[in-house]
Amino acid sequence: MSNDSTKFTRLPESDADREAPERATREEVLEFWDDRFGVPPETFADYTFWERGKGKLWLYRGEPPSPVDVEALGMTFLRTRQEHWKPTLEAVQRFGEHATECVIHLSEGEAEAFVAGYDQELDWDGDWGYLVVTHELAGRREPVGVGLYVYGELRSQVPKGRRRELDN
Amino acid sequence: MQPPERYRAIVDDFEAFRAACERPLPSAIRVNTIKATVADVRAALDEAGVAYEPVDWHDALFVLPETSPGANWPYFHGWIHGQEEVSAVPATVLAPEPGERVWDACAAPGSKATQLAALIEDRGEVVATDNNLGRISALRTNTERLGATSIAVTHEDARNHSLKPFGGAEYDRALVDVPCSCEGTIRKNPDAFEEWSMSHVRGISGVQRDILERAVQATKAGGTVVYSTCTFAPEENEAVLDYVLEREDCALVDFDLALDHREGVTEWQDDEYDPSVRLAKRIYPHFNDTGGFFCAKLEVAQ
Repeated sequence: MSNDSTKFTRLPESDADREAPERATREEVLEFWDDRFGVPPETFADYTFWERGKGKLWLYRGEPPSPVDVEALGMTFLRTRQEHWKPTLEAVQRFGEHATECVIHLSEGEAEAFVAGYDQELDWDGDWGYLVVTHELAGRREPVGVGLYVYGELRSQVPKGRRRELDN
Repeated sequence: MQPPERYRAIVDDFEAFRAACERPLPSAIRVNTIKATVADVRAALDEAGVAYEPVDWHDALFVLPETSPGANWPYFHGWIHGQEEVSAVPATVLAPEPGERVWDACAAPGSKATQLAALIEDRGEVVATDNNLGRISALRTNTERLGATSIAVTHEDARNHSLKPFGGAEYDRALVDVPCSCEGTIRKNPDAFEEWSMSHVRGISGVQRDILERAVQATKAGGTVVYSTCTFAPEENEAVLDYVLEREDCALVDFDLALDHREGVTEWQDDEYDPSVRLAKRIYPHFNDTGGFFCAKLEVAQ
């Protein structure tokens, strides 16, 4: 029953605790953020990770008994069970400030095009794949969302319902 | 008799009240302190060229005299949330602290639940309940954009709220901001008085009583429950408090509120209420240029 799609199941700590072979472990999730973006594992020390359905991970501040059958538990966080794991826009907005690698910084105009959902040809020397996208806001580099960099192009991954044509 | 006329006897300066009800209300925003500071938001609004005015009683609220939030950078980043001034009252009065567990009994679309998460510094647990899946979807959109990690959402009737999914523990505090006849939203919803009916007030007040009663039961001894509505009808306010005071071991307590207000009424038409309902606060549109609101603070007996 722990794969029931309406229930949240807490991620096992490591391989040794794994019951469902496809389910990511906490250890793997921490490694992913560290390896890909340089986000230190201790960033997530106070949070629990949960899977609902197949591969959709959530991050929560509390520790209810697992599994738990509710509508939502904290925030959507990471998509696993696919070749390249993909952080959510909301996870990047909340935790992306800790990223030191695979971060692409956009100019004002580029950032506006990004949140409106447009793909853009941009120079990038780093790895292809999912990047943390930042821009300058209120005097600091603020993470906006997730972009997919392939073939010389930054593809906006801003979900349709979240896209905006900003007034600026 | 229909509103606003039915409140002539209990509202000071009734003509000013009636005139205020006809004036539209400007947009207001709350700074989402989970993601940004008040100084961050001021800087970002300045950069975006959005005019904003502080409000006297709450340093994380701003009135936007010229625009509505939605199409600017601080909104996209979840630094701000569109929330009317009086709507920020009940969570402020409940004042949960970091690490506490809080129940929001009628949580969608989530302005108050996310404000509770911000007040506990997103450390602890806010169980946000609603009985309407469409409204829960709006609540989810808000909790995501505002980056709250301490909110769990349950779909159920608050009257039968179950503590089981979270291990059975009672809450430190509960917010009971119930569905109501919404008379106090007249400045945003000009149909609020036309759609008003006595039968709706009678029906909804039964629901309000049962939800408040469940919240008192679900809160620890010595814990705090805040009851609020955006309506003037004593049937949905003091009468609901009176009903629950009689049945549950709890008491109304006084609280500070830096918005001009009047005390709860102890008599209405042929009814008399427990004298302690005076400790509740009535907020009228003409005193602070806001919407109308009602708020009471209860303490569960030790």
